[in-house]
Amino acid sequence: MAGKGATDIKRVETAAEKAVIGHFDSMPGDDPMHDVRASAFDVIRHSGLPNRRVEDWKYTDLRTLLHDVPAPAGPGDVEKARAILAESDPLADLAGSRIVFVNGQFVPSLSDMAAIADQVDFASLGRFLADGGAIFDRFDMVDPSETPIMALNSAFMSDGAVLNIKQDADVEKPIHLAHLFVGEEAGLQTLRNLVSVESGAKATIFETYHGPDGLAYHTNTVSQIHIAEQAEVRWIKLVEDGSAAVHLGLSASRLDANAVFDPFTYTAGPALTRNEMRMVFSGRNTKSGIRGATLVRDDGHADFTLLVDHAVPDCESREYFKSVIDDTARAVFQGKIIVRPDAQHTVGQMMSQALLLDEGGEFDNKPELEIFADDVICAHGATCGQIDEEMLFFLRSRGIGEAEAEQLLVQAFLAEAIEEMGDEAVEQVLEARTRKWLGMAPEVE
Amino acid sequence: MLEIKNLHVRIAEDQTEILHGIDLKIGAGEVHAIMGPNGSGKSTLSYVLAGKDDYEVTEGEILFNGEDLLEMEPNERAAAGVFLAFQYPIEIPGVGTMTFLKTAMNAQRKARGEDELTTPDFMRLVKDTAQRLKISMEMLKRPLNVGFSGGEKKRNEILQMALLEPTLAVMDETDSGLDIDALKVVAEGVNALRGEERSFLVITHYQRLLEHIVPDFVHVLSNGRIVRSGGKELALELEEKGYADYVGEAA
Repeated sequence: MAGKGATDIKRVETAAEKAVIGHFDSMPGDDPMHDVRASAFDVIRHSGLPNRRVEDWKYTDLRTLLHDVPAPAGPGDVEKARAILAESDPLADLAGSRIVFVNGQFVPSLSDMAAIADQVDFASLGRFLADGGAIFDRFDMVDPSETPIMALNSAFMSDGAVLNIKQDADVEKPIHLAHLFVGEEAGLQTLRNLVSVESGAKATIFETYHGPDGLAYHTNTVSQIHIAEQAEVRWIKLVEDGSAAVHLGLSASRLDANAVFDPFTYTAGPALTRNEMRMVFSGRNTKSGIRGATLVRDDGHADFTLLVDHAVPDCESREYFKSVIDDTARAVFQGKIIVRPDAQHTVGQMMSQALLLDEGGEFDNKPELEIFADDVICAHGATCGQIDEEMLFFLRSRGIGEAEAEQLLVQAFLAEAIEEMGDEAVEQVLEARTRKWLGMAPEVE
Repeated sequence: MLEIKNLHVRIAEDQTEILHGIDLKIGAGEVHAIMGPNGSGKSTLSYVLAGKDDYEVTEGEILFNGEDLLEMEPNERAAAGVFLAFQYPIEIPGVGTMTFLKTAMNAQRKARGEDELTTPDFMRLVKDTAQRLKISMEMLKRPLNVGFSGGEKKRNEILQMALLEPTLAVMDETDSGLDIDALKVVAEGVNALRGEERSFLVITHYQRLLEHIVPDFVHVLSNGRIVRSGGKELALELEEKGYADYVGEAA
């Protein structure tokens, strides 16, 4: 049926597609980035939002799931953001520095980089955009045609963090990139981070998202990351946008020789999430533990899509993802590992596990291993189950109520992936986030 | 304290009746032993007391301090003072032993309307008790029962019992899988908890355990019925003659 003539049939635009095209066409024409934006947006203009007929979006059909795209957000109330941070900053005392964005704009008065000024150069992306974006040449680009998240991001990006962690810098305390959406009107915030970690540097980065429940705002965020030789980076992304929010994210990284990169993506909150991660191993003896936890409930939808490209020999990747699914929610895990012909001695171990708390939930798991080298150790596995009745009974027989026992078992399920990071402070942060999602009281010591 | 009347129990899944009318009365401070061959229903009885929902009570009742035990949820039974020491204590990866102990103790205290324990009080209690049971604090830092030997798991059960201070402890084949040294430690732990207000129901296949935990009464369970009751000397007789008489009678 999809014969030659089919391509001539004009696609019927959905409300969300009409909205996003309208927003793009209303953007100022004198923007120095205009041509870059327009060429990226052509992908959306011509192909529309991705749908289930596109293999990568089989389980996350944005044409069906997105009912609207709000206009780019105006500036948020800084004092409100200050109050939210004072009250519920997930990192509180842990971070040594903080870079804050409100409604997609950098807010210097809430940010504090003083403690790491000699170790890290920071600028907000805004001024590079005003210069026409020459800075992008310093990073691998993900072509907008490869993922609509990139296309939308390039079209609408308004700000972001440009970070350079200097050679051999040992940044002791985590750097916090905090993103808050404030206000009562839905809007679109679009962020682009460019992060380069020079050789031998060590750092932990937390990228967090927070916004009001019940408001259908959108977050689109792309981080382009370059990790140079022997650098060691831990990157924790906390997607805690509000309960009606949409979060589309992409992390694209290149890893040079002997680097260690451990990203953890923790998603608990938005109605619709798609986190994409693309990682290229470009230097030998590089290691990465790519992990994540997705907690989704009501009729929420959370998708994690991973593309790991082992382009050179002797590298190791470990992928470990956990999904907790309640009510009629749906979680998706797509994990593709490519091992190129030259990438001998690659070790790639992927595991994805889901815990269904209700019969109405759904988990879609799609591992794809494309192995072109013959001397590698690669494996993948997936499980999907319910709370273990024997464990539940044991806990209850000790006096722990059913709800609390279930909460303990959910925590335990997630802990297996979280503890692999081997950082107690990070574990405590993530445990506290899970307690919050489960509605448990904060741990008091 | 505990009164079981004409208890009939079947397996929920396949409706097989396992217990065919058990009558048993346990007074405060008494230690009762239930002995019997494999498949006689010993473990079923312990699970029914703890409230496992794989079983259905089709007839009879269980009164605990005058209250209908069968109406209570497993956690409510625990808060009321019932404790089951499992034959096969379960491993729960990801749940720290200390977190588990604290959650359990505080859940029971809360259910009884008592204040929660402070962390220092809790730590002190655990340390003292663990020391008595030869349990290292290192062991308690691990996830619940994960990587514990059989003996360690059983000692961990006794630790939980000591911390939760039940008034009725049901011990399901606590001696299984224990060497003689571990058995002594476990038995000492149990004996230290014996008192006027605490009763025990010790379920075992062998007489060996009863040399260390000396019962006041011994009952023989065979084919879902208590077929004989007596004093502690009954255990010795069983050890000598085996269960053949009783199995034969049932068949």
